Formats: sequence, structure tokens, C-alpha cells
Amino acid sequence: MADREIMYREALREAIDEEMGANPEVFIIGEGIAERGGSYKVTEGLLAKYGPKRVRDTPIAEAGMIGVGVGAAIAGTRPIVEILYVDFAMLGMDMIVNQAAKFRLMTGGEGRVPFVMRTQGGAGGGVAAQHSQSLEALFYHIPGLRVVMPSTPADAKGLLKHALRQSDPVMFLEHKHLYMTKGPVPEGEHVVAFGKGAIRRQGKDVTVIAWSNMVQRALDAAEDLAAEGIDVEVIDPRTLVPLDEDMILASVAKTRRAVIVQEAPRRGGVASDIASIIQDKAFFELDAPVTIVAGLNVPIPFNLTLEAASVPQKDDVVGGIRRALHIGPLAAAAE
Amino acid sequence: MTRHATDAAVAEPPRSNSDLFGLYRDMRRVRTFEERVGELFVRGQSAGSMLHLSIGEESAAVGLGSLMRKGDTFTTHHRGHGIFLARGADPNRMMAEIAGKETGYCSGKGGSMHIADMGLGHLGANAIVGGGIPAVVGAGLASKRAGEGDVSIAFFGDGAMQQGILYESMNMAALWDLPVLFVCINNQYGMGTRIEQATKGRALHLRAQALGLNGETVDGLDVRDVRATAQALLDDARLGHPGFLAVECYRFFGHARMDKSPYRAEQDETEGRAKDPVRFARDALIGDGTAPEDTLDSLDKEIEAEMDGAIDFAIAAKQPPLSSMFRDVYAVGEAEPEPVRTRIDRILAKD
Ligand SMILES: Cc1ncc(C[n+]2csc(CCOP(=O)(O)OP(=O)(O)O)c2C)c(N)n1
Ligand SMILES: [Mg+2]
Repeated sequence: MADREIMYREALREAIDEEMGANPEVFIIGEGIAERGGSYKVTEGLLAKYGPKRVRDTPIAEAGMIGVGVGAAIAGTRPIVEILYVDFAMLGMDMIVNQAAKFRLMTGGEGRVPFVMRTQGGAGGGVAAQHSQSLEALFYHIPGLRVVMPSTPADAKGLLKHALRQSDPVMFLEHKHLYMTKGPVPEGEHVVAFGKGAIRRQGKDVTVIAWSNMVQRALDAAEDLAAEGIDVEVIDPRTLVPLDEDMILASVAKTRRAVIVQEAPRRGGVASDIASIIQDKAFFELDAPVTIVAGLNVPIPFNLTLEAASVPQKDDVVGGIRRALHIGPLAAAAE
Repeated sequence: MTRHATDAAVAEPPRSNSDLFGLYRDMRRVRTFEERVGELFVRGQSAGSMLHLSIGEESAAVGLGSLMRKGDTFTTHHRGHGIFLARGADPNRMMAEIAGKETGYCSGKGGSMHIADMGLGHLGANAIVGGGIPAVVGAGLASKRAGEGDVSIAFFGDGAMQQGILYESMNMAALWDLPVLFVCINNQYGMGTRIEQATKGRALHLRAQALGLNGETVDGLDVRDVRATAQALLDDARLGHPGFLAVECYRFFGHARMDKSPYRAEQDETEGRAKDPVRFARDALIGDGTAPEDTLDSLDKEIEAEMDGAIDFAIAAKQPPLSSMFRDVYAVGEAEPEPVRTRIDRILAKD
């Protein structure tokens, strides 16, 4: 039976709703999430259903909110803290990096922090330098944190449900341009475990690895290139920590070429780390250098044209794939 | 009457507004500018929808703006158009920035929430709630070293009253006897959250007093009250006694352009908008015979023409070129390492 299609934000709501229904320890706090239903309407209706003890508006106090969430998690509950923009999560970095991430280890494995921070990032729409960043690399760098970046409504639901059942601090990073996208989502129990990537498109010529909003861009690029007979495989790791290395390496072994696409700036990004993993573990499988298509090393400019040019667009992905194909024996033979 | 930021204006913005007529004129300019920002958005010429209008908050902007002198510095929050305009900014360059144009104050790269000009003492407009507050303590330290009595003022909303950074900042300002003033523009809302839903302690100035600062709350209805209260606090701040001022007002419209405030009752809005500092000043001027109505009408028209001109200026201005992408990321002379794409293209071109 075909799944009904719902929006990303509805899928997130369904996950929260189902987990709140199943587990009285799950609760959510955030700015404007209760009475107003959240800026992205993810939490609409939850206040009426679960009441103000479990769906709570907060003052504008990110360091405190995140710290409260971490403490509530340590104390045995399952808090979700919604932070409006990932840019604002920077106010709570001590709580995330020094408190949440290390607590299990520092307590010799006794303490646990089943804390979920839901937030969103990404550029587009002229919201300027402090509302547009893609900051996953900061969290990726910190041992102890889980980093989740769903690209589809089904994964948004399945990964959030999993996040609310495991016991590590989770940085659940949504994308502002995905909330209104639609896709098939299974009703009821649908859990996506961390660490399992998804092959979004099968192909044999080149592997493109992309996450969050870049997955669709990679698929669009693949579609363009298919018209030229170039067969692109698109892999969505879904969670960056843990990372499905097996899936990536198996695909690269098949296609012998890898392109990694990230919206975040090039320097020090997750793409660089994935590239290093590929060269380390699959160097002799490669027919071309690993290509990275990434945002430019600039704060996101306000002007819409500059903004669009500062992050990878479909044509940039197409260009990256071409580069990966042109450097090497396959291209030489073709020319 | 127009006050374009020529070099002379940057050195010392012209000001003859210590009387109510001047204060009214400055408030009307803020009001009309903000109305034109709304129009720019409606006409599809603003480069984004995240536009926060300060309509209803003019007395705070002008009350304080009219007291700042050359050498004083300030930071603003995301709703800072009015403050900057009241301090002498050029509406053309402000509007151009809101449209994302090259001639805007920040070359089109900052946008509505980040319009600033160091030349006018503006040390940054912030889109992080509370983000601009501690900078004035730093500026206060610098001023104290210089010993000229320059003051640094942080402008922020009631929402920022719940951010911890404010208390770290006020504490240091008091501890170190700095020439600093913290100004909370309490428009009763932080997005859709009323202040009652954000805090139990609503005598905001008491928090500052508890840390050893001067602390006052003033009704924003009459700009003369705002100015007088601010004057006393500023005089003391210049001597090294930092202060805090909460200006009570009402956010007339939605949080940003797309917000229709569905969370506010009509009565709330009607009562709130009755607290109109611009109309109050106008009525007062007519009431005591300082200015006849037709004088004010023609002043208003003049201001409307000025702000219409700002829209025209913004629309006619050029987009920043793509080649400006890496400009202003680092200091000139510290080149951005070559972008990866150009490097690869260069290598490919050589083959
Ligand atoms: C650190 C941070 N948290 C949240 C936001 C989102 N946000 C933008 S404006 C705003 C409300 C601010 O209210 P207030 O300080 O009263 O200023 P006002 O908008 O009323 O002028 C919020 C929550 C933000 N920009 N920065
Ligand atoms: Mg407010």
C-alpha cells in the first residue's frame, strides 16, 4: 500500500506526537512552540493535546534552555529543545560541548543525556549572515554528540523517533527549506536507526554523497546528467554521526569516483572528513580525486544573488560531477 | 530639512531638536521611513521578508538619539532602523541596504538587521537577541581609557531581558564604573510571546539597580519624558555611573513583515496603538499653539517626499557584483585563500 504524502514538518510533528503519546517522559520546550505552534508549525496542536507541562514556551534564553534540557535529560526525562535557528544554538555551546557531550564519559558510563536539540539551518531567502548558517561541522567535531540531518519527510519522522528512544545527546538539524516539502511517510511505527544511509538513486559512474537540502540538489543534477548518459549514484548518509562508512565505501568501490556536496563552507567541513575517510580506506579504488562541492568560505551575504552564489546550486553540483568524471581514464577514453 | 550623511554630517550630525518640534520631526521621519520600508517589501524590492519595523517605538529612538553626541557609540538589535535614523543616518543608504544594493550601508551584504555605520558610532546591529549588548561594555572600557566622557549605549528589546549576557554585561559595567547605558525598548512582545509569558519580574529597572546601576522605567508616550529621563542617566553615565532605562511602548505591527500577530486580541492592539508617541507629540504641538496644523502638515509632506526619494534611490541602485563575494571577509591584504573551485578550474585549464 502506498504511504500517504505529508510535509516534512508534519512528519516531525507526527514523530513528536507519537513518542509523547507512548512515553510520558518526552516533553518539548522552545520559543513560541506551545501557543503559537512554533515558527515552522512543527508543534501545532501539541499544547492542546498534551498540556503546558509537556509543551512549554520559553523566554528567549538559549543557553539556559539548552542547559535545562541537558539537565532534564540527565535527571531521567526525554526533553526536546527547539532552537529557532542553529545560529542561536551558539549561545548554548557550553551546554552542548562541555556539558552534554562529555557527561557519559566523565561519569564513567553511569550518566546519560538523552537530550534532543531540534533546530534548523541553511541559506536562502535573504535572512542574512546570522540566520543562514550550516553549522553541522561544529557538532560533528565533538565526540559524544550524535548529528542527524534528515532530507525527506519519512526520515524526519523515523530519525526523530529513533532520537527519542536512544540515550545520547542528539543534534537534530533540520533545513528551513525542507519544512514544506512533501513525501510519502509511513503511518504509525516507523523508526530509522542512526548510522544507516540511504541510496537515493542507483548509478554506476559516480557516487555523490549529500545530506539535508543538498540531497535534492544532487538528485536534480543527476537527472540532468542522465540525459547525457552519465549514471549518478546519490547517497544520503542521513546521520553524520554515526556515519554509514560501509555504504559510502561500497558505492565508491563500485563507481570509483566520489563527489561530496555540502551547503556549509568548504573549509573544515564534514565533506573534508568524508573525503579523508574515502582516501584512507578506498584510495586504490579511486579513478579520480575526491571532489568536494561546498559553500564558499564567506559569511552568507544578504543580497539574494550573492547569497545564491555562496552555496552550491544544481549547476555547481553538475560541474563537480563533471570534474570527477573528466579527471581520469574514463574521460580520457571518451575524448 | 533632509539630513544626508555628508562628511560634515558624519562629523557632527546637525541637530536642532531639543524642543518638541524637532523631536516631532525626527519621530515623524522614523515613522515615515518605516512605512516606506513596508512599501518596499510590498513592491517586491526588499531583498528579504525579515523586516522588523519600529513603528510605535519612535520616542525611544529619538529621545536617546537626540542626546547622543560625537564620540558616543551604540549597538542596536534587529529592530534598529529608527535608532540609526534618529542618530543621523542617511535614509537613502539605509533603504538601499534593505534592498540589498551596493550603495547600501553594508554594500548589500548586511541587510535590514545589520545596518550600521561605524562613522556614526554605530558598532553593529544584531540579529542575535542580546548579541550586541556586551560590545558597549567593551566600548565603555575604551572610552574610559580615552577619558573623553563618551558614552556607549546598547539598545535591545524586552526579549533580551531574559538573556544571561545582559546581566554579565551590566555587572561588569557597574563593577568597573563604565560610561555605559543599557536601553530596553519594551514593546511588550518578543515575537508572539507577551512579556508576562517571558518573566515574572516586570519591574525591569530593579534588575539593574540590584547590580549597582542607575535604573529607570519611563513611559514612551511623551518623547520629552523619555528624553529627560535619559538625559539624567546619560549625564551620570558620562561620569562613570552606568545606567539602565526601560522605555514602555507597543509594537504596532507584527514581529516581522509576514507576521499578522494572530496571537494578539484586537482590543490589545487598539489599546496598544493608542499609545502613539508621534501623534501625541503632534497633538501637543497643536494644543499649546507651538505649531499650527498646516505647518505640521507641510512638514509631514516634506518628510514623505524625502522618504519616497529613499525608495527611488534604493530601487535605482545597483546590485553588488558577484566579484564582491570575497570582499570584506578578511582585512584587505589578507587574501582569502583561493576558492577550491577556482583552484581546480585553474589546474584543469593548464592540462
Ligand atoms: C538568540 C536569538 N534567539 C531567538 C531569536 C529569534 N528572535 C528574533 S527577534 C525575537 C524577539 C525579540 O524580542 P525583543 O527582544 O522584545 O525585540 P522586539 O522584536 O520586540 O523588538 C526572537 C525570539 C534571535 N534572533 N536570536
Ligand atoms: Mg519586544
